Amino acid sequence: MQQNLPKTSAWRVTSSPHLRARHSVSSIMLDVIIALIPAGIAGVIIFGWRAAALIVISVASAVMWEGLIQKAMKRPVTIGDLSAVVTGLLLAYNLPVTAPLWLPVVGTALAIILIKQCFGGLGQNFLNPALGARAILLASWTGLMSGSAFNAMVIGADAISSATPLAASDASAYPLWQLLLGNVPGCIGETCKIALIAGGVYLIVRKVISWRVPVTMLLTVFVLSWIYSGNIAGSVDSALYQLLSGGLILGAFFMATDYASTPVTPVGKLIMGVGAGLLVFIIRNFNDGYPEGCSYAILIMNLVTPLIDRFTQPKIYGEVKKHA
Amino acid sequence: MRNNSFPGGIHPHERGSGKEVTGKMPIAWAQKPDMVAIMLSQHVGAPCKPLVKAGQRVYMGQMVGEPTGFMGAPVHASVSGVVKGIQQRTAANGAPCMAVVIENDGLDEWDPSIQPCEHPEELDKEEALKRIRNAGIVGMGGAAFPTSVKLAPSKPVDTVILNGAECEPYLTSDHRMMLERAEDICQGLKIAMRLLSAKQGVIAIEDNKPDAVESMQKAVQGMEGVRVQALPTKYPQGGEKQLIYAVTHRQVPSGGLPMDVGVVVMNVSTAAAVYSALKTGRPLIERVVTVTGEVNRPANLMVRIGVSVGSLINQCGGAKEGVNKLILGGPMMGMQAYSLETPVVKGTSGLLLMRDDTPEKPVGNCIRCANCVNACPIHLMPLNLYALYKRGRFERARNEHAMDCIECGCCSYICPSKLPLVQSIRAIKSELRKKSK
Repeated sequence: MQQNLPKTSAWRVTSSPHLRARHSVSSIMLDVIIALIPAGIAGVIIFGWRAAALIVISVASAVMWEGLIQKAMKRPVTIGDLSAVVTGLLLAYNLPVTAPLWLPVVGTALAIILIKQCFGGLGQNFLNPALGARAILLASWTGLMSGSAFNAMVIGADAISSATPLAASDASAYPLWQLLLGNVPGCIGETCKIALIAGGVYLIVRKVISWRVPVTMLLTVFVLSWIYSGNIAGSVDSALYQLLSGGLILGAFFMATDYASTPVTPVGKLIMGVGAGLLVFIIRNFNDGYPEGCSYAILIMNLVTPLIDRFTQPKIYGEVKKHA
Repeated sequence: MRNNSFPGGIHPHERGSGKEVTGKMPIAWAQKPDMVAIMLSQHVGAPCKPLVKAGQRVYMGQMVGEPTGFMGAPVHASVSGVVKGIQQRTAANGAPCMAVVIENDGLDEWDPSIQPCEHPEELDKEEALKRIRNAGIVGMGGAAFPTSVKLAPSKPVDTVILNGAECEPYLTSDHRMMLERAEDICQGLKIAMRLLSAKQGVIAIEDNKPDAVESMQKAVQGMEGVRVQALPTKYPQGGEKQLIYAVTHRQVPSGGLPMDVGVVVMNVSTAAAVYSALKTGRPLIERVVTVTGEVNRPANLMVRIGVSVGSLINQCGGAKEGVNKLILGGPMMGMQAYSLETPVVKGTSGLLLMRDDTPEKPVGNCIRCANCVNACPIHLMPLNLYALYKRGRFERARNEHAMDCIECGCCSYICPSKLPLVQSIRAIKSELRKKSK
């Protein structure tokens, strides 16, 4: 009469919930990688095979550094979570195509070892690793990272272009459709806006990122530039030109949404977006030395993220004033 | 959408809701058990005092344990037969509990003192409440709060909500009750509204059960002040606070009770039990249990309280290969049984067999993805509470409203790092409760 009853000795006793969602850290990172692929392909088409070499070296060295430092620190090796791949991709996307092949190796070492693992690894870093590393590279090898470093042949151009859209003296050099397609000088992964927007939309649809940061950040830059210049288009400081230039769209979708270094609260995400947009506008327009401000805008907002989170905690259900 | 639901929550239906297995199966009578163990603690309050001794013959429906406190409810023999003794059984939460073990003589001889009541709706308030208390009725959704206490609140109540959300995956016992016992549920609601002098009655059902919505709509026709409300399918829609918000837009104050906002929430099966207890005079000795998951013949069974979970699995064709979890209740908040001897209690809505073969991995890092913040229906920040738990900062966690956690498990469900979020909040709560003692 006894049928197949489960053997109690083999039971796995846990407390509820007994169901877990299917997604995992690696599936989320895989989604980010998928979302970044179109921009990478566009970068290779626009800048040539050297771009592909930089991307591959950057990703490989990021994974290598992560594995090595975790072994050295006697921590579990977690390269399987694919987060180092994302960091490697983002760092490569922030390099000019003329960068020497050793530069991403140094850059990923800074990103993975200094910024990520020294502060506790995945989720613990207070800065976006790729952006933090980029800032150090920019300060240390300015000549390799800015100015004439962007002098490179882009597809569809007759000659080597000399200035990035943001450094151009007037808007006639780069029509808006060209900014959208991305065959303009710039970092490898930041120029093709269509590819980046497609990737960003994919991440929002897959619920990997919230719309709150990218939409508010882009909107802030757009509105402030419109007010400041008085133009939607037609000049370098006009709203659409600013929106489609530089690292803004890459930053808004892929860097300002970094989990570890940006707010977790819904209101905090809005503040993050508006704050980063405001800083992009300020740095781009009121600073003569350097035409781009997206990296620093996001890094500065990273620093105030703990404060934002602290002051934007959602009101709990049924919260009442004490002694009311 | 916000108008008809609550912010937050999750959709734990990636692999299907599990309800399709038993949702269309009518309630079947379980085999008569050879033996039952009537737990002396089937309610939130102090355990009952046994009223019988080994060797004594008891009638079906005879009281075998009487409550010792205000929050208690009596327990009754669910079969007629001879008391084997007062023995220890393991409750679903793992705690040992004494139980009156009765050997079934198979005669189902009802206690002759039981008197049916022709017109339960005409009973005066005191008498009705007394009978509900004596029938041992407690909340059948799982919380096991004594119904007679719930129906005699110290504050005025204007709305009675019957909870037919059944938001836990897999469970279909309330669903079947709404299809097959709609009339009893409505009569139970009527009685509750009268006892509470409530003007409004709402039967709230998740919209993944359109047949139940239709069935209840038909049954409430002509009842004054009563309506059926379909709610979006989202977990924990059937959580008391979430349900109250979805139906009335009122928020139960932190640390308060539904009556603080003029509401009483009752499970649909409890409402049916109230009516049938008043009408027949018979106490609560049986209930519907959904036996499902990795079992050979899933079913919705009407079972006697006190039957062992092992015998239920047995009559459902046994477990499938590799089952290593046996859950009383649903997968989100149900408790795992430790023993096949564990008896069904009044709050047992389901018996779920699961095969969990995911490799056990070391706990990873929080990646701050904010999924838990977005999912928490109380708007807590589970990631922060988890960090405070790890550092042992319990007082700080109290300030971060840890005590308001309803333990629905949304945070742990949705966490991509598979962190034990709700588990750590539970630990914080138990630590804080110890401290305040």
